[in-house]
Amino acid sequence: MADAAVDFAAASTEALQDRQLRTNFRRAMDGLMSKRAVQFADQAEWHAMRALGASVRLRALAKLPELLERLEETCTRNGIRVHWAATTDEANAIILSIMRGADARLAVKGKSMVTEEMHLNAFLERHGIEILESDLGEYIVQLDESTPSHIIMPAIHMNTRQIARLFRRKIKEAEDTEDVARLTDLARRVLRRKFAAAEVGLSGVNVAVAETGTLCLVENEGNGRMCTTVPPVHIAVMGLEKVVETLEDVPPILSLLPRSATGQPITTYVNMISGPRRPGEKDGPREVHLVILDNGRSGVYADGELRDTLRCIRCGACMNHCPVYTRVGGHAYQAPYPGPIGKILVPQMEGLEKRGELPHACTMCNACVEICPVKIPIVGILGRLRSEAVHAGGSVKGAGSHASRAEALVWKGWAATFASPAAYKVATLAMATLGNAAPSALPLLKEWTSARVKPRFAPESLHRLAAKKGIPDA
Amino acid sequence: MPETTATTAAPSATGTARAAILGRLRAGRDAHPVAPPPPCDFTVLAEKRWDPAERLDRIRRLMEAVHTEFLEATEADWPAAVGRFLAAEGARTLLYAPATGAGATLAAGWDAGGPELVPYDAEVETFKERLFEGIDAGLTDTLGAIADTGSLILWPSAEEPRLLSLVPHIHVALLRVDRLYDTFWQAMRDNRWAEGMPTNALLISGPSKTADIEQTLAYGVHGPKRLVVVLVR
Ligand code: SF4
Repeated sequence: MADAAVDFAAASTEALQDRQLRTNFRRAMDGLMSKRAVQFADQAEWHAMRALGASVRLRALAKLPELLERLEETCTRNGIRVHWAATTDEANAIILSIMRGADARLAVKGKSMVTEEMHLNAFLERHGIEILESDLGEYIVQLDESTPSHIIMPAIHMNTRQIARLFRRKIKEAEDTEDVARLTDLARRVLRRKFAAAEVGLSGVNVAVAETGTLCLVENEGNGRMCTTVPPVHIAVMGLEKVVETLEDVPPILSLLPRSATGQPITTYVNMISGPRRPGEKDGPREVHLVILDNGRSGVYADGELRDTLRCIRCGACMNHCPVYTRVGGHAYQAPYPGPIGKILVPQMEGLEKRGELPHACTMCNACVEICPVKIPIVGILGRLRSEAVHAGGSVKGAGSHASRAEALVWKGWAATFASPAAYKVATLAMATLGNAAPSALPLLKEWTSARVKPRFAPESLHRLAAKKGIPDA
Repeated sequence: MPETTATTAAPSATGTARAAILGRLRAGRDAHPVAPPPPCDFTVLAEKRWDPAERLDRIRRLMEAVHTEFLEATEADWPAAVGRFLAAEGARTLLYAPATGAGATLAAGWDAGGPELVPYDAEVETFKERLFEGIDAGLTDTLGAIADTGSLILWPSAEEPRLLSLVPHIHVALLRVDRLYDTFWQAMRDNRWAEGMPTNALLISGPSKTADIEQTLAYGVHGPKRLVVVLVR
């Protein structure tokens, strides 16, 4: 992607002008917030559950390399073939070679954020394989030749009328209706034929269990079950942080995930897959593959503070509660993961030189931290990333890339002024007498005044006012 | 990486990638040791308890809230109850698992004038088209249900295939009222799931649904449009 294309400031300015988009998001996020609140009305339960969820994830991270090895061992014992990919290119190549081995021309896919990260669809299409998104939201977004704007509700940026129009434009048998049940039924008819015809089914993984070699998948539609049961080959793709130690660790995560995400006590389907079709079984895929992807995650893991990013269970609650996300929507972030989690994850994966503006897309209001079911200190990590962006030598890819000589000089000057009482006096006097005359177009000041009113300096400093009242300097 | 060479390089690259990834994780942890995680306290799950009498009410309430339907029956008359229900709904075919206990009971108690019984006794490849186009209902047993979330536990097997509960438009599930659990956690512990998982274990909490079009709930998007639980007392 060209650098010019990754510009949060420009994209969010544009998004803010789109009244329809703002209405769609506002309505959706208000609804999600209140549904979630109902689920966690019992504060004591919320605190205990959240502490358990966080500790399950922390224990998994503490043993991460061992658990991945164990997962590989148990999966292999169950007949699942495990593949490792350091980069998205490697993961795509692995998937393509499995598909070639299965003579696949059509693949159906359940919702998977990690494959968005890999741009898998475009890659497979370039290689002549049709890949069909089967989650209704993802299907809509795919028809629209666009990308998801939310990790749980991919088509949340569109309203029913927009979707009805899209269906009429893109699906031959579409009737002229804006009735949601009829639109859904149309998608059912189109996609059922595809489930039955596809040679390969792709899915993500919500939780992988090292103890038993089990891949857990939560969903409401049944398309995840279709993709992982009907085609002869199932390929699951997961980021390497998705593993937990024991089967018992799954219920706490499943108790937090759907409740935080959509305010449901549980999703309609919880799918636990522990291997391909066994002798005597009459359905299920004959081959199951698990692709474990790094794509920068091991780098995130290497830092004691940033490591917490990998706790995330991808519930999306942080975006639902984020005042910035709610106003600009998911596309402004131009990343597979938008909102608060995206602001910390994407710069670490893609580098601060490319995505260093994302940690600034935040009011530091702390709403995401209060809502996160696994207690990720998002705001603390944002602060760290902001500082890494301007200081060379940090551990994040692209550290120091946003260092500016002018800014460094200003801070130096600031420090020197505060260190010397005489300099401080001169500076405050200068501000009081000349500060208001400074034009808004001045470098540095220009940035500030682009979205805010220029501050006005008081004619007298606090020191002088205090002195007049007879309060001596300390 | 040029895509053409990547394709052929993939299978051998994965071994290298494995060593590199695990090496990086270990080195990262050595350089910045992980603080010992707080102990996992499962009390909050252990304490989720309902009165035996309340369990069924709760399951029913939660599942009805997401459009699940309930029938009442006894061990002796449930096949007839299922038959009457399906006939009234206009269902013409019922797919079932002949080799299970429930399947045998169903076949023995079936009214010849009711919907046609279709046995799921061959690999799906032999009748995929009929399965996707021509089956109205499917019947499965369950391992019980969970009060905390209102979920059925399904445990497909060689005898009771996975697609029985997914492809037909109506899923009929038997629930024995003496097999109720408080939580998912309790069900997996009591039955020692970790000692042997089937290829696919499932929790099902309603008919297939979506809210992807402007947050408006719609049922039956890909899986069953209706879920009918037969309470067997
Ligand atoms: S950071 Fe927390 S709130 Fe956000 S998606 Fe991840 S787990 Fe959910």
